[in-house]
Amino acid sequence: MAANAQSLSEAIVKPRLSRDDWIMRASMIVIGAFLLVAVVLPLYSMMSKSMENKDGAFIGLANFYEYFSTPSLFLSGVNSLWVAALVTVIVLVTAFVYAYALTRTCMPFKWFFRLVAVIPLLAPSLLSGISLVYWFGNQGVAKELLMGESIYGPIGIVIGSAYWVFPHALMIVITALSITDARLYEAAAALRTSAIRTFFTVTLPGCKYGLISAGFVVFILVFTDFGVPKVIGGNFNMLATDIYKQVIGQQNFQMGAVVSVVLLVPAVIAFGVDRLVQKKQVALLSARAVPLEPKPNRRVDMLMLAFCSFVALLILLMIGMAQYAAIIKFWPYNLTLTLHNYNFDLANGGGWDAYFNSVKMATYTAVFGTLIVFFGAYLVEKGRGFNVGRNVFHGFAMLPLAVPGMVLGLSYIFFFNNPSNPFNFIYGTMIILVVSTVAHFYTVSHLTAVTALKQMDAEFESVAASLKTPFYKTFLKVTVPVCLPATMDIFIYLFLNAMTTVSAVVFIYSTDTQLASVAVLNMDDQGELSFAAAMAMMIAYTCAGARLLHLLLTRGVMRSSQAWRQR
Amino acid sequence: MTSNSYLRISNLSKKFGEFEALKNISLDVYESEFVCFLGPSGCGKTTLLRAIAGLDIQTTGRIEQAGKDISALPPSERDFGIVFQSYALFPNLTVERNVAFGLENRGMARAKIRERVTELLDVVGLPDQGRKYPAQLSGGQQQRVALARALATSPGLLLLDEPLSALDARVRARLRLEIKQLQQKLKVTTIMVTHDQEEALTMADRIVVMDHGVIRQVGAPRDIYAAPSSAFVADFIGTMNFLAGRVAGDGVVEVRGTPFRCDTADIPPGEEVTLSIRPEDVILCNGDADVVNGLDTVVRYVEFLGPFCRVGLASDVFEDGEVCADLSSNMMRERTIEQDAPLKVRFPENLVRVFPARS
Repeated sequence: MAANAQSLSEAIVKPRLSRDDWIMRASMIVIGAFLLVAVVLPLYSMMSKSMENKDGAFIGLANFYEYFSTPSLFLSGVNSLWVAALVTVIVLVTAFVYAYALTRTCMPFKWFFRLVAVIPLLAPSLLSGISLVYWFGNQGVAKELLMGESIYGPIGIVIGSAYWVFPHALMIVITALSITDARLYEAAAALRTSAIRTFFTVTLPGCKYGLISAGFVVFILVFTDFGVPKVIGGNFNMLATDIYKQVIGQQNFQMGAVVSVVLLVPAVIAFGVDRLVQKKQVALLSARAVPLEPKPNRRVDMLMLAFCSFVALLILLMIGMAQYAAIIKFWPYNLTLTLHNYNFDLANGGGWDAYFNSVKMATYTAVFGTLIVFFGAYLVEKGRGFNVGRNVFHGFAMLPLAVPGMVLGLSYIFFFNNPSNPFNFIYGTMIILVVSTVAHFYTVSHLTAVTALKQMDAEFESVAASLKTPFYKTFLKVTVPVCLPATMDIFIYLFLNAMTTVSAVVFIYSTDTQLASVAVLNMDDQGELSFAAAMAMMIAYTCAGARLLHLLLTRGVMRSSQAWRQR
Repeated sequence: MTSNSYLRISNLSKKFGEFEALKNISLDVYESEFVCFLGPSGCGKTTLLRAIAGLDIQTTGRIEQAGKDISALPPSERDFGIVFQSYALFPNLTVERNVAFGLENRGMARAKIRERVTELLDVVGLPDQGRKYPAQLSGGQQQRVALARALATSPGLLLLDEPLSALDARVRARLRLEIKQLQQKLKVTTIMVTHDQEEALTMADRIVVMDHGVIRQVGAPRDIYAAPSSAFVADFIGTMNFLAGRVAGDGVVEVRGTPFRCDTADIPPGEEVTLSIRPEDVILCNGDADVVNGLDTVVRYVEFLGPFCRVGLASDVFEDGEVCADLSSNMMRERTIEQDAPLKVRFPENLVRVFPARS
C-alpha cells in the first residue's frame, strides 16, 4: 500500500502555465528574435563571408592565411595593439587621479570638473582628430610643440583617442572609488598606518576591479575605434581603418570580413575577462558599509586642483579649437568670424538633411531602444520559469558589447543586402540605421535596466500573482514608475550614442539617410575641415541640450516622487 | 482522514538539481487553523511554503486545497494571500492603493473598494495612514499594510513567510499577538514560516518542525515542548541538556556508571541512548537525604538573566560538558549559590526523556 502510494506520487509535476507566463514568454521570444536578426545572424554571415572567395565559394581559412602573410595588413594589427595599450595606460592613470580628486579629496569646484569631464561624450570621436589638425597639423598653431614630429600618425591617434575615451574610464573609476567603507580607513588610522601604506593596502585594492574594468573598456574602445585614426592617422594603419579601406576603398568584402574577425577576437576576449572581473566586484561591499567623507588636506587638495585644472584645460582646448575652427572664415589666412561654415548645404559631405536625419535617427533609437531594452530586461529578470529561454536571451543581450561597431556595420551589409533575405527591404532605410544602433548599444542599456530591476523587491511579482493582477498591470503601475530614472538614463545613453556614432552606420547609410556624424567624416575626407568642425559642433550642441533636458527632467521626476523615493 | 482538512499535501518532493530540498512530505492543514513551519535555515520550510503558493512548484507530489487539486497551477490561479519578510509593498503607491491593489482588477466599484480598504486598515490598526507611502511608515506599520493587502481579497489561505523577522524585538512581540488575534477573528487558515521557536510557540495552533527536508514532528506547541519525539526537536525547541548513556534495564539508564531512573519506553537494555532534561526541570535538593536521581555537582558559573539565573553545573557524570539549570530568582534568594560551591540537584524521574543515541 505504502509502496503503491509512493510510485503513484513519482509522476513529475508539470507546472501549468498561466496566461501571464504565455504572454511573457512570447514577448521574450519576439525580442530575442529581434536580437537574433539584429546581432547574431549578421555576425554569422560575416564570419561565413570571411571564409569565402570572391565568387562566394567556401575556401576555409585561406583568407586568414593571406591576411597574416600580407605584412602591411599584419602590421595594422600590431599597430592597433600597441596604440590601444599605450592609450589605456595614459587614460587609466589620468582617470584615476582625476576620479580620486573628485571622490576622495576636498578639492574646490568639483562640479565644474565633473561637468568638463563629460564633454568628450557629446561629439563623435572624429572631433578630436579635427581639433588636433588645427592645433598641430601642417598649418597648426602649436605645431612647434611636436619638435618636428608629425601629428598625422600614432601621436595624433594616441592624443585624440585619450581625449574621447577619458570620460568612459572616468565614470567607471569614480564608481569604483565611491563604493568604499570608511571604517577601513578608520581602522588603518587607528593602527597608525602611514598615508602611503593606507593608499596601497586599502585604496588601491578597493578599486582594483574598477580599474581593471576601466582598462578593458578603454582598450576595446581604442582598439576598435575608427574615427580618430581615420582623421588623424595619416599613413599609420590600424585594423578599424583597414576594414574601411578594404570595403569602401577596394570593395574587397571578403578581406574586410577577415579583418573584422581579427578585430572581433581580442574584443571578445577582453569582454569575457571583464565580465569575470565584474562578477568578483559584486561581493566587495557589505550593506553596512559607512560612506567615506573626505577630510580637507590643503596640500593634497591644491595639488589635485592643479592636476584637474590641467586635464580640464586640455579638454576645453580640444573642444574649444573645434568650435573656433567652426566659426572662422579661412584657416589660417582669414580669421574673421563667420557662420558660413554652418551652411552645410554648400558642403559636399552632406547638408542640413544629414543633421536632421541624425536627430530623427537618435530619437527613434532612444524611443524604441528604451522600450525594447527595458521590457526585455524585465522579462529576463522577472519572468517565471523558462530558464533556458531567459539565459539564451541574456546571452544575446550581452553579445553586442563585444562586437565593435565596424564589425557590426559590415555584418549588416552581408546580411541585409542579400536579396534573398526577407528583411532585405529595410536596407538603405532609416529602419536599418535604428536597428543597428539599438543593437550596437544594447548591452550597456540592458545592464542598466537589469541593475535597476534587481534593486526592486523580488517578491513584487509573487504578491501581484497572489492578488491575481496580470503582470502588465503591475509592470505599468509599479515597475515602470519605480524604474523611471533608469529608463531615462537608458534613453539619454541611446540618444547620445546614436548622435555621435560613426563606426556601424558608416557602412549602411544611404544617400537618403545621410547622418551628421557620417557627414563629419565625409567633409573631412573632402578636405572641408571647417564644415566638418561646424557639423561636429552641431552634434555637440544637440547632445549638450539633450543632456541638460535629461538632467532637468530627472530632477523633476525625483522631486515629484520624493515622498516615496527615500530609504 | 477528517473531513475538514482544508489543505492536503501528499508525498511532496522538491529537487534543485541533485539537492533534495523536500523529501516526501505529507501534511494536512485544517480549516481555520494556524500552522507554523518551524526549523533551522535550509530545512525546507520556505520551499514548502513556496510550493503551496505555486511560486516554486514541487518536483513530485500533490497538493489539494479545499478538495481541488492545485498541484500544477500557477500562483495566479490559486487562492491565497501572502506576506513576505521584506513586506514587498509597492513603494510608489500609497498605503490605500497598496491595499486596493488586488481589488482594482476585479470589476469592483470604486466606492466599494474604498469601503473595503478603510475596513481593512481599521482591522490592522492603521485607520488614518492610508494616504502615506510605505517609506513613511515604520517597519511594523509596513508589515500591517502588507497583511491588510494580503487579506483584502478574502483569500482562503494566508501564507506568512517570516513576517516578523525584519522587526525589532518589542514590535515583534506585539505584532505576533495582534496577528494571532486577527487570525482568530477572521478564521482564515494560516501557514507561517519561521525559524523563531518563540514565535511558533506563541502563535501556532500546531507546529510542524522540519529539518533537512523532512517533517520531524507535528503537534500543538505544548505537546511538542513537553514531549519532543526526537533529540533534534528537543534541542531545537527550548533548551535541553543531553547526556550520553546506555539502557541498563527497564526504567534505568546508566550514565558513566551512575544510574538514572526514567521512562525507557521499549528500548531494549544495552542500547546507546541520549538522556535529556530541560534546564527548568532540574531541581535543587535540600540537605543530604538520599533522593531518586540525585546528583552532587559543582557550580561552574552563574549567569544572571533577570527573572531567573542559568547555573552551569559540573560533575564527573557529565564528562567535559556541563548541565544547565534554570533557577528562579525567588529560589536563588533563599540559597547562596556561587561559583565553585557544591550543589546537590535532582532530575525528576517523570521529566527525564530518553532518545535513541544521536549519530
